[in-house]
Amino acid sequence: MPDGIAETSVGAGTAVASSPTSAETPPQREHIPGEVGIWLFVAGDLIVFAVFFIVIALGHVQQPEVFAQARASLDMWVGVLNTLLLLTGSWFVAMGVDKCRGTGRSVASHYFSLAILCGVAFAANKTFEWGDKISAGLSPATNDFYMYFFIFTGIHLFHVLVGIGVLLLVRSVSRRPVLTQRDIATMESGATFWHLVDLLWIVLFALFYLL
Amino acid sequence: MDRAVRFVLLALGDRPYASKKSLISIDANTLAWWILVIATGLGWWLGQTDQLSSQGASQGVALATAGVVIVAFIKVWIVAFQFMELRHAPRWLRHAFDAWIVVVCIALLVLLLR
Repeated sequence: MPDGIAETSVGAGTAVASSPTSAETPPQREHIPGEVGIWLFVAGDLIVFAVFFIVIALGHVQQPEVFAQARASLDMWVGVLNTLLLLTGSWFVAMGVDKCRGTGRSVASHYFSLAILCGVAFAANKTFEWGDKISAGLSPATNDFYMYFFIFTGIHLFHVLVGIGVLLLVRSVSRRPVLTQRDIATMESGATFWHLVDLLWIVLFALFYLL
Repeated sequence: MDRAVRFVLLALGDRPYASKKSLISIDANTLAWWILVIATGLGWWLGQTDQLSSQGASQGVALATAGVVIVAFIKVWIVAFQFMELRHAPRWLRHAFDAWIVVVCIALLVLLLR
């Protein structure tokens, strides 16, 4: 693929219109993305969040009326928008990593910038949502639903903020003139963390906004 | 379903998927993003519990609940498989992740539907 095409169309869907003749080299089979350490962290986080998910589900079962009423007071559009922001951020990160491994490296850092923007927009939207709820008199002390909502989405928001820092690091690595295997592994580790943040939100969104 | 099958075939083949209509090639990441966005819309629709009320009130709610949870974990699997690149990972890692998805999804369904 001529690099120029990708360069002129960053951010648009056409940026990914790579032809089969692309010199981009997808990772080989049996490749663990990033360093092993990040996967140990992912495993630990998945176990911790699995417990959170079960706790929320138990709340739904034990206090169905309280949870249904509280859930109805959430703004669905905020949850949907945040979901779309994280999904799109993940897409930017995945594309950025692909570009770094291939011929489109000159534009890779733009993809990471756009992913960071998605993360910042998520944090801003979540802060707005919290502010709105608190000013309406809803707080962690209101009921169990709102206690879980503030605690678990708060822990998740902390992940998003760490993820933004990680993506800033990934972006600076992507701008190095020469990328070593270790640089690529660092970027893959950062990307893996960001996708974990996205993945955890998908379940939190379902449990808080959709049930 | 057709999209899901195409996606899996694409992912296994690791080749750009050429749309028949537009002849514009679309890579696996972009296809995954589209499926995730459509699944988000489906989850949203299922979340309006009265959508399935023609099945009877309690049955409709149970169906919607199961749908919301299953759609969420299908999305989780797509993020893991495509974006986290588990499709290229050794089997033990892929299977460990799949096991987490299946166990947590079933645990939530059992809790919410009992």
